[in-house]
Amino acid sequence: MDAFLLQILNGLDKGSAYALIALGLTLIFGTLGVVNFAHGALFMIGAFCAVTVQRILSLSYLTEDPTQKDFLGRPLQVATPYVESWFGTDIGSAIISWSVPLAILFTIPIMLAFGYAMERGLIKYFYKRPHADQILVTFGLAIVLQEIIKLFFGANPIQTPEPDALRGSLDIGILLGLDANAIIYPIWRLVYFFFSVAIIGGIFAFLQFTTFGMVVRAGMADRETVGLLGINIDRRFTIMFGIAAAVAGLAGVMYAPINSPNYHMGMDFLVLSFVVVVVGGMGSLPGAVLAGFLLGILESFASTTWATTTIPGINQIVIYLVAIIILLTRPRGLMGRKGVMED
Amino acid sequence: MSKSNFTRRGVLRTGAVAGAGVALPTIFTSRASAFTNEPTGSTVKVGFNVPQTGPYADEGMDELRAQELAVQHINGEGDGGMLNTFSSKALDGTGILGKKLEFVTGDTQTKSDAARASAKSMIEKDGVLMINGGSSSGVAVAVQGLCQEAGIVFMAGLTHSNDTTGKDRKANGFRHFFNAYMSAAALAPVLAKAYGKDRRAYHLTADYTWGWTQQESVQAATEAMGWETVNNVLTPLASTDFSSYIAPVLNSGADVLVLNHYGGNMVNSLTQAVQFGLRDKQVNGKNFEIVVPLYSELMAEGAGESVRGVYGSMNWNWQLTDAGTQALVKSFGEKYGRPPSGSAQTCYVQTLLYADAVARAGSFNPCAVVEALEGFEFDGMGNGPTLYRAEDHQCFKDVLVMKGKETPTNQFDLLELVEITPRNQVEYPPNHPMFGGDEASLGSCNDGA
Amino acid sequence: MFGLDSKDTKLLIVVALLVILAPFILNPFPTDSALAQFNAGYPDLMQRFVIFGIFAIGFNILFGLTGYLSFGHAAFLGVGSYAAVWMFKLLSYNVIPAIALSVIVAALFSVLIGYISLRRSGIYFSILTLAFAQMSFALAYSVLSNPKFNLTNGETGLQVYPGDPQVLHHEGLPDVPHLFGIAMRDNFWEPVFGGWSFTFNNGYYLCAVLLIAVFYLSIRIFRSPFGMMLRAVKSNQQRMNYTGLNARPYTLAAFVISGMYAGLAGGLLAAMDPLAGAERMQWTASGEVVLMTILGGAGTLIGPVLGAGFIKYFENIFSKINDNVLHQWFSFMPDGMEDFMVFVLHPFIGKGWHLTLGLLFMLVVIFLPGGLVEGGQRIAALFRGGRKKRGGAEDGEHHPKPSPHVAE
Repeated sequence: MDAFLLQILNGLDKGSAYALIALGLTLIFGTLGVVNFAHGALFMIGAFCAVTVQRILSLSYLTEDPTQKDFLGRPLQVATPYVESWFGTDIGSAIISWSVPLAILFTIPIMLAFGYAMERGLIKYFYKRPHADQILVTFGLAIVLQEIIKLFFGANPIQTPEPDALRGSLDIGILLGLDANAIIYPIWRLVYFFFSVAIIGGIFAFLQFTTFGMVVRAGMADRETVGLLGINIDRRFTIMFGIAAAVAGLAGVMYAPINSPNYHMGMDFLVLSFVVVVVGGMGSLPGAVLAGFLLGILESFASTTWATTTIPGINQIVIYLVAIIILLTRPRGLMGRKGVMED
Repeated sequence: MSKSNFTRRGVLRTGAVAGAGVALPTIFTSRASAFTNEPTGSTVKVGFNVPQTGPYADEGMDELRAQELAVQHINGEGDGGMLNTFSSKALDGTGILGKKLEFVTGDTQTKSDAARASAKSMIEKDGVLMINGGSSSGVAVAVQGLCQEAGIVFMAGLTHSNDTTGKDRKANGFRHFFNAYMSAAALAPVLAKAYGKDRRAYHLTADYTWGWTQQESVQAATEAMGWETVNNVLTPLASTDFSSYIAPVLNSGADVLVLNHYGGNMVNSLTQAVQFGLRDKQVNGKNFEIVVPLYSELMAEGAGESVRGVYGSMNWNWQLTDAGTQALVKSFGEKYGRPPSGSAQTCYVQTLLYADAVARAGSFNPCAVVEALEGFEFDGMGNGPTLYRAEDHQCFKDVLVMKGKETPTNQFDLLELVEITPRNQVEYPPNHPMFGGDEASLGSCNDGA
Repeated sequence: MFGLDSKDTKLLIVVALLVILAPFILNPFPTDSALAQFNAGYPDLMQRFVIFGIFAIGFNILFGLTGYLSFGHAAFLGVGSYAAVWMFKLLSYNVIPAIALSVIVAALFSVLIGYISLRRSGIYFSILTLAFAQMSFALAYSVLSNPKFNLTNGETGLQVYPGDPQVLHHEGLPDVPHLFGIAMRDNFWEPVFGGWSFTFNNGYYLCAVLLIAVFYLSIRIFRSPFGMMLRAVKSNQQRMNYTGLNARPYTLAAFVISGMYAGLAGGLLAAMDPLAGAERMQWTASGEVVLMTILGGAGTLIGPVLGAGFIKYFENIFSKINDNVLHQWFSFMPDGMEDFMVFVLHPFIGKGWHLTLGLLFMLVVIFLPGGLVEGGQRIAALFRGGRKKRGGAEDGEHHPKPSPHVAE
């Protein structure tokens, strides 16, 4: 029972990352009809926003400390962050320790702008081109983006810890009346889960309850008619691209403490998130979210010792296996509509 | 794999080793050299094959720096580094046997295919006599096999799997780096001393060859100290999230978690294990502990605060106080502004060792070099007196047990030296079952003629 | 000639000549000159050009003709390599049975995967093939290399060990892959003319002969009624169905043929270098063949070969240019200028070759949707000026039109 609960929990937080990325992908696909292979790179850039903010906040000046020696036996250069000297050590180090949540404020405008620029500068020219071309150009863009990040940040993962206050783990087992240590879960992962639920809820509410969202939904259903009504649907779709980029970025920022950012983390997620989107059904927002959580939970269950001893290697292939089964039994994915991405 | 003892091939090997060249229509050949890439001009080329793209690119960068430094020192530029402390004095800073040493670089991408392609291009196009470097065991074994076939010398870089000098050992290949068995042999007594002999270990192991050999070695060594192994769970190489593997650990009755991971896997699994609060827990009335058998500076940097108090082993570390280490740290640090990493030291030392072996042999012929390196005893390169064992071409030297530092004072000060395990404690017979047993053989040296 | 019209015959002869004379063509610079850096005429790279050319030609039969974008073709190359190395281990180092088995195994494997994947089209097909290939890679890398049942030797790659049976091996045969005693890795002629030196490699010419043969085969397929049928699938599968034709047998046949091409490429890779690594099956490797085909020009005959050559050249030559080499090139400049040039170029060369490749690839997709072939045609058209007013050049009729691909 407790092992079962534990893997559900694990699946939920893994699934929330998948769901967020898949949601963004589907937003872009559903509105603009573009298959964005650079979406993983947007996730990665989000994570590096966290790194950048952390670096900016810990910008330091050097003072020489003759009592200590560096590795060459010279007097040690001690680095003191400016924020610590401005606000005092306690407040200063608290600010640095909260750099990941603070990065959210920085990420939203950056990613919105980035998404907007990407759509106006590149994607716009590909609406009339075949999907294969869209896949290829965004794939090329993904390579370029990750190489640029590598140029500035190197290939090694960079530690971006969560705030001290949110460090450590909760003993959920005790809360549920089980034994101690039965279900231990890191606080930050719970934060991540609730954060993504909030974002997903926010996006759905935005589409459902605002006029802007209504027009966008109408445009998703029938772009031409909405255009004929004299509504500038393209502009709104461009904004949706920016929002989708921001969702990917936010997923990345908050994921940084769980998975130390490195330049190829986008590619690691890309293949998986495409599988998620396709399983959910191309163009279906609820499908993307559902498939994200579902595959996350399945992956967690496949990783248990019980599963891997029953079928060796099941943890390596479960996602793909499920994708194959679903696509063969439900041709358009779980919640896909007819006529999307088919001939 | 067939395990028959039928050694017809072995007989063939000794009978007609040169087979490769014999059967081709020789009327066409215009090659007159005595061995592969025999140098004719005033220079001699070696190849540095390191990961320059992919997740280990930074590791590869550091290896490259060290190798460039070694070339400079051999050619008499710079302050000479470890040449001043090296026990053999055959090198005089004028290159090798009067020829200036030059190098070409290649990108292994940490893939055995790509590594072999880049090694082949160095051999076929650039005419290198020796290939040095790399940062994974798969690559090392693959390139070592290639160098054996082509008839040049291979000096492995960072490769920690037992197989490199175990079942996959080759006459033309040498490894300065230590291996999983030595890590385990050095770590186990220190762990037993620090955490007691009554411990229950839970292993998370990267699901590929290196992970398996390290897990096997660590399990054997810790069980010999009285530990019990509760479980060994294999994790896919592509994992970035280890939560489903870490979560059940606390409830398994284990009180130590051993992470047989390297690179990005290790950074993520260690960080996440610490996030799960494992190190704050008490199990079986003892503090829960985490062990990372193989450490590297870059991994420690990536894992940041998570390494604090975590034990692991290293081949070499810049904090050693012997003269050789200090000489290298000085010339490397002054040139690049940071201390050399463990794999950088290995690549530096191997370049020097190769050059020295050529000088002592008086010939660039790979077989002469192999002979000069086999059973070579040297000192002054860090780690104390070192032996290149003739039977399997593995270096034997002291192994360092490290621990994540609790209060680092600067960005390079992440690990502290806990113990230097003397060489005789990590030695094993060349036909040890973990190293291919009696069947493993070097074969015979190939000079490509 | 050979049942081809004169235009195709010309193309075949040009390709054959290029391939046969490649050792000269690819080594245009004297060995000791600074530009020797750009020479590509050494056996390993020439072999790779040709082998990946075969791979891309095969991929093009599927993608270029039917429009089905497979993201898992590397799996067939991988199983081909494994089959060949197993042949070396069990039978002998002779490459004929190895290559034969690798084609057969790849064919069987592609029948299996193709039969299932082709039940879907569009991006669903792409994801299905991707899923199969990723599963194959994951299993080959870890589970299938466990000591009890070691099929792939995992991380290290499958290779021949002295203890292997090799029942047909006997004394006098080389201990490396060979064709009835002719060792693949040996060179049969290494002429030196003045400052130039050239290498003629046995293995390369085996690959070259096969490339010419499969290139001829692909021309025949392109021109056959079967090829017409495949193009009909691409342009409008629905209309085809309405006329009472079932498209699936045709697409499956195309899938299996291209899988066999991939298997042949995999077998040849192993024959040139008897080691098969699991990375060959990774999705990035599948992505690479897609890049090659598109970069060269999907749907054209010669495009995929050009694309394969282009990418392999980048991977092997461009990646080896390091800062030292740059400093040598610009050493004639004043110091500050030299450092500046090196600084500017540094991100794009050596370890930055991925960046350059990514940028070039984007430029090609944006401005030259027909790939390098289209680029060549445009340049040719410029030279020809108004002399000939023909819509497209040689391959015009197979040019991917901006008509809907299947991925739509």
